[in-house]
Amino acid sequence: MAKYLLLKHYRGAPTAVNDVPMDRWTPEEISAHMQYMHDFAARLEKTGEFVDGQALAPEGSWVRYDGEGRPPVTDGPFAETKDLIAGWMVIDVDSHERAVELAGELSAAPGAGGKPIHEWLEVRPFLTAPPTITE
Amino acid sequence: MDEALLRDLTPGVLAVLVRRGADFAAAEDAVQDALVEALRVWPTDPPHDSKGWLVTVAWRKFLDATRADTARRRREDLVDVEPAPGPAPAADDTLQLYFLCAHPSLTPSSAVALTLRAVGGLTTRQIARAYLVPEATMAQRISRAKRTVAGVRFDQPGDVATVLRVLYLVFNEGYSGDVDLAAEAIRLTRQLSARIDHPEVAGLLALMLLHHARRAARTAPDGSLVPLAAQDRSRWDTKLIAEGVEILQTALARDRLGEFQAQAAVAALHADAPTAEETDWVQIVEWYDELVRLTDSPVVRLNRAVAVGEADGPRAGLAALATLDDSLPRHTAVAAHLHERDGDLTTAARLYAEAAHKAPNTAERDHLTRQAARLNTQGRR
Repeated sequence: MAKYLLLKHYRGAPTAVNDVPMDRWTPEEISAHMQYMHDFAARLEKTGEFVDGQALAPEGSWVRYDGEGRPPVTDGPFAETKDLIAGWMVIDVDSHERAVELAGELSAAPGAGGKPIHEWLEVRPFLTAPPTITE
Repeated sequence: MDEALLRDLTPGVLAVLVRRGADFAAAEDAVQDALVEALRVWPTDPPHDSKGWLVTVAWRKFLDATRADTARRRREDLVDVEPAPGPAPAADDTLQLYFLCAHPSLTPSSAVALTLRAVGGLTTRQIARAYLVPEATMAQRISRAKRTVAGVRFDQPGDVATVLRVLYLVFNEGYSGDVDLAAEAIRLTRQLSARIDHPEVAGLLALMLLHHARRAARTAPDGSLVPLAAQDRSRWDTKLIAEGVEILQTALARDRLGEFQAQAAVAALHADAPTAEETDWVQIVEWYDELVRLTDSPVVRLNRAVAVGEADGPRAGLAALATLDDSLPRHTAVAAHLHERDGDLTTAARLYAEAAHKAPNTAERDHLTRQAARLNTQGRR
């Protein structure tokens, strides 16, 4: 029982095999892709492994503390930011192997030409509470 | 309302329904519905006969569900009679439930969830909260688990080792929520040990009690982890320790050693030491030798290296560590500790920082980061 974050990047991941931007796909290919993602999440709900899934807007702001009594400073978005997260799925699975297996399936979502995108997904384990027995 | 009593009654109520002929999955759903209703009704209207109340309500829920189901399938006329009696009652239905819920065909997380619900009497919502997943996910995990064991005969004896692994997982998971999983694991292991005479069941119960006894001392008020050597031993629960030691001694006297008894023996030796310095590390190393023989687990070898470092000095510990795969979890943390005891503070600080980077949980990570910081800033304070 371990939670993993499957991270999907707009930018910053190694190049996918079927690397055609979505706005060059046919509308039917886009629908097929969306359906695949939806079915994938639904299947994980059925297996009792789904925790959360969210998509992020590509643009946001940078914010930092600017001292006592002052409003925070905001800046950006910065076009040069190398790494841009597109969204995530959180899964709760029995093993790291299972997390990798599921990420592999998610990466097979169809893209241009109806062929799998083979996009790179980042798989990150959650830090947990400490176990009781360690000695 | 006594929620523990409600939970104690759960497996017995489920067994009654199964004996009356309900299949396990439907009976379990009905009992769950009855539990939810009990939690709602009992605080203001407590029953005289708690078990009788639960059986009546669960049976009614079962009939309602069966009728609704049948209506959907347009076969209304089939269920107005009571279902035929099931197979003859097994020697101990509750014990059979433990075996079924820990069946080897289930994944560990499914076995844990099903055990907590069907044997433990926890609601799906409570289990979901304890494991930090959505309630719908936990509900699906449980119904999938029930489908997996649907074909398993209820009256077949199972393997007690699989049950013990499930209970160990519940105890050791370390998550927190409104359900105290460690206490729940202890309750379920006690219930099991009252029903089956097995030295490893006793060993696991002793192990849990001895570790639970230290719980108050394991964390500082700020939530940070306090390692065993630094714990305030006056905060250890002496009652739990005495109980754990007694259970362990009785089990060991039967001369059927297993890994849980050996692990409990290590915990008992720690519990026995008035101060960390007075720990009998030589005996602890001997118990780890037994554990290596019993399990041949690399994690046990790593813990053995720690004990060797205490019994025979840090150089001996490092030598024992050198024979192990350095990708083992906590390997770097152990190396850092042994180097510090050996006086090589530069190496220790570097390894503590590296171990923090690899730590699987935040409490250990923060502890290791503090260790690195302590050594790195020693000259500056």
